[in-house]
Amino acid sequence: MIKVTYRDKKWEVPGHITVRDLIVKAGLNPETILAVKNGKLINDGTLLGDEDDIKLIAVISGG
Amino acid sequence: MKGMRCRKCGELAVINMRQHRLALCETHFVEWMRANTQRFIEKYRMFKPDERVLVAVSGGKDSLALWDILLALGYNADGLYLGLGIDGGIGYSDSSRVCAEKFVRDFWPDARLHVLDVKGAYGESIPEVAQRSNRGRGKPCSVCGLIKRHEMNRIAYDLGYDVLTTGHNLDDEAAVLWGNTLHWKTEYLARQAPVLPADRPGFARKVKPLCRFYERETAAYALVRGIDYIYDECPFAVGATSITYKELLNQMEKDRPGAKLDFYLSFLRAKEDGLLAQAGTSTDLHACDRCGQPTSAPGLCAFCRLWEGHTVEDEGPHVVIVG
Repeated sequence: MIKVTYRDKKWEVPGHITVRDLIVKAGLNPETILAVKNGKLINDGTLLGDEDDIKLIAVISGG
Repeated sequence: MKGMRCRKCGELAVINMRQHRLALCETHFVEWMRANTQRFIEKYRMFKPDERVLVAVSGGKDSLALWDILLALGYNADGLYLGLGIDGGIGYSDSSRVCAEKFVRDFWPDARLHVLDVKGAYGESIPEVAQRSNRGRGKPCSVCGLIKRHEMNRIAYDLGYDVLTTGHNLDDEAAVLWGNTLHWKTEYLARQAPVLPADRPGFARKVKPLCRFYERETAAYALVRGIDYIYDECPFAVGATSITYKELLNQMEKDRPGAKLDFYLSFLRAKEDGLLAQAGTSTDLHACDRCGQPTSAPGLCAFCRLWEGHTVEDEGPHVVIVG
């Protein structure tokens, strides 16, 4: 299972899914999210495996 | 792990920019961001290589990315951090200052960072001023914007900088454009541009070198460079209209890559072609009786009116240089 962290939430999803699909399935907009694996930025077409640990980072700020 | 490849070298790409149909690796993405920033600085005649640049630094991704890019491009760029005194249960201002100072230590130890603490200079933090002001009751964003604009302009002007740069990205600009268009605020639309000239005495020139980069790209730049920036939103920005507008624009972007970019660039082109020419600002400005900065109302400017009845020390700019 892929371990996903986004803000203060953590969950797991089955592997063999692209970063973009992972973001969409989480109900987020891929235009507003970046994904980091082992501290390194990865592109949203990256296919993720069962052992991956992914951190999603929201990029939108405002005020 | 499979993924897209860098168009330039074939290495694994770290970002895919669908609006440009361009995927790049770390090295070439950093190179692309810097080269395009230089291109925008020249295209919009923002500043020249020999001019003194002041970068408004908040500790967030955009301003730190901007400062890093300008220093890497060889510009004479100093930073300005304003301590706003916002806590919000997460020590927001303290954390953002730590990020700004850490950036200097880790990346550019010779860079100069000016720091102004609003409470130290004026006796009250932003939330405290907002609490007692008609302008800010409930939410301090209006007071915060007013104080930041005034102080950034004053310090840039007083310290003799040729230009003040801010880290506004395309999402910021498109959200403002969206809001002003929804309400047909033609005077604001006429003023929105990558460069605000110093066309009145007391005004510093203000420019936005990142105005054509998506927010996703400025965040990616900060991540790739390893810049520690403040991830947390300003506690008062939660539910802000600008964030709602950004979300709406990004919904369009998701379905039609390039929609945000096209919205903003079409606006700039239409303005160049004369749209809004009639709506240009022709307001008479006077020097504020207290601070001397330009103001549309006679007497005191809005900033100085905030402090009426409160003791304000007049001992200079209250700026501390760190680094």
